[in-house]
Amino acid sequence: MMLSKGLKRKREEEQEKETLAVDTWWLDPSLPAVAQAPPPATSSSLFDLSVLKLHHSLRQSEPDLRHLVLVVNTLRRVQASMAPEPTLPPVPSPSAAPCVADSLLASSDAALSASMASLLEDLSHIEGLSQAPQPLVDEGPPGRPTGGSPPSLGALDLLGPATGCLLDDELEGLFEDIDTSMYDSELWAPASEALKPGPEDGPGKEEALELDEAELDYLLDVLVGTQALERPPGPGR
Amino acid sequence: PPSCWLFCSPLLPSPLTPALSPHRCHPPPSALSTPPSPGEGGEFRKQRPRGTQQGHHLQRNMAGAGGGNDIQWCFSQVKGAVDDDVAEADIISTVEFNHSGELLATGDKGGRVVIFQQEQENKIQSHSRGEYNVYSTFQSHEPEFDYLKSLEIEEKINKIRWLPQKNAAQFLLSTNDKTIKLWKISERDKRPEGYNLKEEDGRYRDPTTVTTLRVPVFRPMDLMVEASPRRIFANAHTYHINSISINSDYETYLSADDLRINLWHLEITDRSFNIVDIKPANMEELTEVITAAEFHPNSCNTFVYSSSKGTIRLCDMRASALCDRHSKLFEEPEDPSNRSFFSEIISSISDVKFSHSGRYMMTRDYLSVKIWDLNMENRPVETYQVHEYLRSKLCSLYENDCIFDKFECCWNGSDSVVMTGSYNNFFRMFDRNTKRDITLEASRENNKPRTVLKPRKVCASGKRKKDEISVDSLDFNKKILHTAWHPKENIIAVATTNNLYIFQDKV
Repeated sequence: MMLSKGLKRKREEEQEKETLAVDTWWLDPSLPAVAQAPPPATSSSLFDLSVLKLHHSLRQSEPDLRHLVLVVNTLRRVQASMAPEPTLPPVPSPSAAPCVADSLLASSDAALSASMASLLEDLSHIEGLSQAPQPLVDEGPPGRPTGGSPPSLGALDLLGPATGCLLDDELEGLFEDIDTSMYDSELWAPASEALKPGPEDGPGKEEALELDEAELDYLLDVLVGTQALERPPGPGR
Repeated sequence: PPSCWLFCSPLLPSPLTPALSPHRCHPPPSALSTPPSPGEGGEFRKQRPRGTQQGHHLQRNMAGAGGGNDIQWCFSQVKGAVDDDVAEADIISTVEFNHSGELLATGDKGGRVVIFQQEQENKIQSHSRGEYNVYSTFQSHEPEFDYLKSLEIEEKINKIRWLPQKNAAQFLLSTNDKTIKLWKISERDKRPEGYNLKEEDGRYRDPTTVTTLRVPVFRPMDLMVEASPRRIFANAHTYHINSISINSDYETYLSADDLRINLWHLEITDRSFNIVDIKPANMEELTEVITAAEFHPNSCNTFVYSSSKGTIRLCDMRASALCDRHSKLFEEPEDPSNRSFFSEIISSISDVKFSHSGRYMMTRDYLSVKIWDLNMENRPVETYQVHEYLRSKLCSLYENDCIFDKFECCWNGSDSVVMTGSYNNFFRMFDRNTKRDITLEASRENNKPRTVLKPRKVCASGKRKKDEISVDSLDFNKKILHTAWHPKENIIAVATTNNLYIFQDKV
């Protein structure tokens, strides 16, 4: 049995492949641009791939910790490269991006993976999780129907930026019954100034939520299970 | 062949045992009467290097290179099923010679251990070393269910380590993800006969018929090899055990999982000492796991452990009870020109092995093998590229998860050559003295008994020469993760997915 399609080198086959495969020209050391951040299209596909792997890993009954840690760290690198430092708001932000990876990692303990897995399971039926990501321009305009930022747990934030196709009404329906009065409404404001309109270059998808420490702690507590999580009974109720 | 007594629960036969392995290879009775293999054109006598060959020593994969004396590796035996349809349980997960090299143990995904024993060398037929035949097979670990977490615990044998022999019996440690077991393998070749009060079948004799005193005597019987679990070291690991290593004091050993290392006494099963703990208070802060650990071969208070970030820490147990602070940290700075998103993954160390001398240690990461001098922490003294041509393929290898494959590595008995596996059933050897390396293939094709292995070459780019294989043709499902080198001789055991190959140098 041969390697998966990823390694075939014929040109015509390359065009047919999913965007997730190969195309590592940006790693070629002889190219002058290699020192800079790679083009966002590739980062984004790597991001999606890593998210998929994380998803898959967490769905195992007992995740391989080494695999999980390496994927999360790679995801952090990709996230960092997709959102160059200057555009990120200062202070709580250093943890904003990796914190979502952190929260997923926290759930690597067996007791939590069930809740994470079921959460992700709800999402898995949503079309687009396993598809190639939509072109970036689709995610641009502010005031999009979903209200911008995902109004839910940090874990979904990880899925949000690159896979904007997930954030449709169906997903919203899953969580409409959550009592959000406990949440600071500022967190989820659709017209967050951190959103960037028309992000052709990717960074706009990286919605830097203004989570301060207290809200972050609360979210993590929910994930860790010290706070009860009110599961919505079902979508579209 | 000796009959094998299978201990414990019913055992599904492993394909490595002779009944299911129709391809055992018998060496011909005399080397002189066997014509040379077609194309080889050589005699079976050890070939001396020709003068012209020396000029090519800078070329990689030079034919015949790979050993201090220009070793020519020959196929010897292959164990396992022939068919391509591999049963999951038959996947070999560990290979290990014992201290004398007489015994060779394999563990598989089905929790079985198969031990091969080398036949005593036939002095008349000095052309070949003894063959390895099945000596014992037993079910070491069974699948278990953790009711508390609702998780199944795999029975796959992750590691086997032999204890040095102290008496007639042999002892080894075998471990799965959670439990380590000490097995005693002993021979029985005689049995008592002629009991005074019992019949031969075990029934007690009618006492009134006993009129004379009869003392039982030992009489020879067919050899029986028995394996019995002597100790079970359980419930000490929350995470998956990746390594076990026996201390040079032969009384203690360590077991390492992703986040912790425990020290055990071989006699004591109800407690162990935690000597390394890298679990952060908050799991969200976890960025690094332990990937391998080993005791120093001579210094009984020294051990090393490697991490997923490419670092190796050397610890001294005399420093403190919890060896959280290393005595030495071995790490090579990242090469900025090779930086990529996958830098960390490919730097993750999959195996660490001390040299027999104890002066060096070898680490295996995804693309290379590195030799470290224990006195120099900032970089390795030698680096060998295993399959550098994969560097441009890392994204695909990440996609299909091959980038996470954990290759092992091993030293030869004199620490002059190191070996490790690759894809397409290739394995590589690096001679530290001559700086030559060789790529060989473990394959049933073209492997007649005592056939000299033909060196392989992978064509990374450009025009592919005849007999070269292009990178895109490599079969990434055929990986050699486990290899072992006889402690004294040039005999190697190489495990493909479900077959065990034994190669020897030409005598």
